[in-house]
Amino acid sequence: MTTLPIEPVPAPPSPPSIETPSAEPRWTSLRGVNASDRVYKTILTGLALALPLLIVALFLQLFVSALPAIRRFGFSFLWTSTWDPVAEIYGAAPMIFGTLASSFIALLIAVPLALGVAIFITEFAPRWVRQPVAFLVELLAAIPSVVYGLWGVFVLIPFLRSYVVPPLKAVFGWTPFFQGVFYGNSLLAGGIILAIMIVPYIAAVSREVLLAVPASQREAALGMGATRWEAVWTAVLPYGRAGLIGAIILGLGRALGETMAVTLVIGNRHDISLSALQPAYTMAAAIANEFSEATTNMYLSALFEVGLILFVITVVVNAFARLLIWRVARGTAVGSKAL
Amino acid sequence: MKTTRTIALAALLCAAAPAAAQVQLNGAGATFPNIIYSKWMYTFNQANPTIVLNYQSIGSGGGIRQFSDGTVDFGGTDAPMSDSAIAAIQGNVLHIPTVLGAVVVIYNLPGVTAQLKFTPDVIADIFLGKITKWNDARIASVNAGVTLPATDVVVVHRAEGSGTSFAFTDYLTKVSPEWASQVGKGASVNWPVGLGGRGNEGVSATVNQTPGAIGYTELGYATINKMAYGQVRNSAGKFVSPTLESVTAAAAGVLSKLGANTDFRVSLTNPDGAAAYPISTMTWLLVHKTYADAAKAKALVQFIWWAETEGQALAPSLGYAPLPQQLRPWIQARLKSITGSAAQ
Repeated sequence: MTTLPIEPVPAPPSPPSIETPSAEPRWTSLRGVNASDRVYKTILTGLALALPLLIVALFLQLFVSALPAIRRFGFSFLWTSTWDPVAEIYGAAPMIFGTLASSFIALLIAVPLALGVAIFITEFAPRWVRQPVAFLVELLAAIPSVVYGLWGVFVLIPFLRSYVVPPLKAVFGWTPFFQGVFYGNSLLAGGIILAIMIVPYIAAVSREVLLAVPASQREAALGMGATRWEAVWTAVLPYGRAGLIGAIILGLGRALGETMAVTLVIGNRHDISLSALQPAYTMAAAIANEFSEATTNMYLSALFEVGLILFVITVVVNAFARLLIWRVARGTAVGSKAL
Repeated sequence: MKTTRTIALAALLCAAAPAAAQVQLNGAGATFPNIIYSKWMYTFNQANPTIVLNYQSIGSGGGIRQFSDGTVDFGGTDAPMSDSAIAAIQGNVLHIPTVLGAVVVIYNLPGVTAQLKFTPDVIADIFLGKITKWNDARIASVNAGVTLPATDVVVVHRAEGSGTSFAFTDYLTKVSPEWASQVGKGASVNWPVGLGGRGNEGVSATVNQTPGAIGYTELGYATINKMAYGQVRNSAGKFVSPTLESVTAAAAGVLSKLGANTDFRVSLTNPDGAAAYPISTMTWLLVHKTYADAAKAKALVQFIWWAETEGQALAPSLGYAPLPQQLRPWIQARLKSITGSAAQ
């Protein structure tokens, strides 16, 4: 989260190309003059602080509501797999696994696809193709997630069952990742739906990042005798790497929290299986599914704890991404400032 | 300009005058009866414009919670409140049954056109994961003349908590000791096997898309969508198809045994009676015994009594079975006991 520079800065923030005529900083001179400026500043400060406060309040609320479950199950909540509302025994390991695994599959598919789209649009496509392709890819983001879910149930799963899974099993059937009978609703289906949903986010941000790479980078590479592909691979992509990682993390954040489309195709089973062909569950889906009929306090509290874990995982992923961007950015890369 | 404003103001005042005598009743709860409740509330409001009713189908659990917290005037639930939940609100609740439904066993077996028959132990063992092939001898023995394929049985259950799951697991708990000890009954349980579908539509879509699948949905949903569902053997040893008549028969079988002082918190599953469909359900309105606002109490009683009498005629066309007639005097006695303190 970027906080706005609210405090009046002593030095004038004007661009270096423009000469400031007065030696007196502009902000300081405004301070005493106009009361409305002070009101304006107070309001902006309040607005800027409201969001971080909201996040803290959210965390506290989740924590307090989850406290009965935390007290009762302790850390075993994180690695046990029983989810039995009748006996009131709860363990969230399958959901944590399912959330991470489905998002991982989604990234595995979406990252090459989205980067490919972005590179094609910025570097290779004829001018008249660029806008329509970019528009159509971004249109994917406008489709409601329940529509993706229904499409998954009625189109994707039958397609997977008939054309994708048999060859996958024939080639990779010996690995633990493609074991067991495929019934349709599965981790694989959930991952693919997520991949399609996050492609537009990653592609749109990546495209902006690549467009911001200065032409001089490409020209230099081409001037050294590189092919167009080599120029993209050795000059353009490394230059924009911080922004590209940011784009991927944006997609990941969306994948971690997606609910409706996933629950329709993932099978909703509290079980951990390495095989992508088996049903799984995600945290967001479980909360959405079970919240309305959670009658006992412990049940409700367990669901709140799942929400808390999802919240923490999202924060950790974002913090990790921020670290990664700082490490990668070092210096010149495009987009590092924006993120 | 000024005259129009005055006229508009006068019109507003006229509209506001009857609103002063208007009673607004808010309810929330089970999704299963939502269609008939909406129909009832609309029809009732046409005849009684001063009583405005509103029902939000947020699920039975949410209904019980909001009713107990006092954020709504009445609740709706497919599973009766537990003793501890009733004690938590000092017993200030009445369960009033409204309509009946049934849970049907749906399946997808390409090539099988005859209506399949299920015994209680076969259903339990399928959902326990002990019967895994459709041509299992125990399924075949009660379906003479049907060629069953050797496909895998794919169990589909509700992913979210639901009254439908409650009725279904309540039934399995009664007919299978193993189910009772291993799984138990509840709006959501720890399913031994199977895929979770979201909502009636999620379960039926998954069953329709998966050859060899078996699941369960509400009767109304299955009939509207023309799904294949099975007959179930009842406690009298007869295979009965789920119909509105066999559901009402199930209710009559259970309720005839109740005394007039019953609190109506009974389960309709696995009832007596040769014509009774064994996985039948009842849904309740939750009302307080005493209301602080006498006008509200009066309006609510008026509405519920209308729903229990004239309103019942609307039920069959919407896929719900009406309550047996003999319940009416009992319900009337309960409604008469509701009090509202006029001193506000």
